[in-house]
Amino acid sequence: EGATSTVKSLKETKMNEMSVNGEWRSSKVSTETTIIAVRYDGGVVIGSDSRASMGEEYVSSRVINKVIQVHDKIFCCMAGSLADAQASQMLSSISSVFTGQHMSIYLQLEPPLVKSAAAIMRSFCYTHRDELSAGFIVAGWDRKNGPQVFQVSLGGMILEQAFTIGGSGSTFIYGYADAKFKPGMTREESLSLAMDSDNVSGGVVHLAIVTEKGAERQLIPGNKLPVLQSLA
Amino acid sequence: MFPANVSTLNTYNDLYPDWTQREVSTGTTIMAVEFEGGVVIGADSRTTTGAYIANRVTDKLTPIHERIFCCRSGSAADTQAIADAVTYQLGFHSIELDEAPLVQTAASLFREMCYRYREELMAGIIVAGWDPRRGGQVYTVPVGGMMTRQPVSVGGSGSSYIYGYVDSNYRAGMSKEECLKFTAEALALAMERDGSSGGVVRLAVISEQGVERQAILGNQLPKFSTV
Repeated sequence: EGATSTVKSLKETKMNEMSVNGEWRSSKVSTETTIIAVRYDGGVVIGSDSRASMGEEYVSSRVINKVIQVHDKIFCCMAGSLADAQASQMLSSISSVFTGQHMSIYLQLEPPLVKSAAAIMRSFCYTHRDELSAGFIVAGWDRKNGPQVFQVSLGGMILEQAFTIGGSGSTFIYGYADAKFKPGMTREESLSLAMDSDNVSGGVVHLAIVTEKGAERQLIPGNKLPVLQSLA
Repeated sequence: MFPANVSTLNTYNDLYPDWTQREVSTGTTIMAVEFEGGVVIGADSRTTTGAYIANRVTDKLTPIHERIFCCRSGSAADTQAIADAVTYQLGFHSIELDEAPLVQTAASLFREMCYRYREELMAGIIVAGWDPRRGGQVYTVPVGGMMTRQPVSVGGSGSSYIYGYVDSNYRAGMSKEECLKFTAEALALAMERDGSSGGVVRLAVISEQGVERQAILGNQLPKFSTV
């Protein structure tokens, strides 16, 4: 029986083949993230996994860079080959648009629309489309249109969807998410879809849930998530 | 064949289609699952030359021996040539032995060839079958020439999209019907997302009784909510 494999999942086989050797320490490129946002009746759920460091470094600070709260009820996640420093710089400049002096009078009347945040991201992506290789997910709740999820992709295309996934890790879960998603899900089902999709990608799951009442963050460590079938 | 003034360096030109210059590829999705008593194998049916679909009803499940099949992905020319060579070698070996060859032998022959000529070849192959000694077995021989046995294996360009689905839905000890359903659903999901996979789903069950083949046509494919 010389040819028996002992890996736990097909994904691990592929990851072992790719073989990251501590390159991440000096790497400026994408850190194999998976991000997902799902809209349900009443709010949105945004999730991201934490494949950043292969478990060698605790990742909570990395996650704040991936899922940024740009306003009370609007979140933005980035995936792609943008250095983390540049990404967080860019995303915080977005949030400063919403909290800046010249906007504050306008914003006191009405919180910004999710669509506006998405439009700002889109304009950035389109302007820098030749240099950038990154996509964004903008999700949140506003009074005018309720819960929304926008995908702002590579060249600057904007698309509103009921759910969307992104990041280099997302290719592995397209099939899973397609199979599991159904329109008109409840909050629990959306949570479960986000959690399971990110779990399937690996590591811990960082969730944010946005409703009319506000935003709530959750961190779910790997050992609390459902265990996948082992193939060994 | 194509006009003399077409520059071969100009890779994107609406006036002249690129498929005249592109190699034929079975960018594809292939899958094989072991169950008690045999294996279920499946593949899509699309062969592309660039953006042109050269064959929309390809049969990528190639018999190597009576109860041993291979699923081919990668360059169509390379995989056909390798499969032909292995079929010949295995047939010869089986006659010498005067008994049915082992699936592991077939997989080793594929591996020998894929590894020896790994610089020239572009072939990802899944070998699956049934033999009296070890029952149903699935061996994967990806690009590069590694060989390993797995209870379930996916391959081809469309396989990236279904790693998550397969990892979460596979259970050991599924019955033949459950494996067929699992394979058809996984292939349908991959075909939905991968541009190089599509057409019909071809399935085959290999067991002691022999080989049963079926095809699931486009309108009968499992459906999922569209986003």
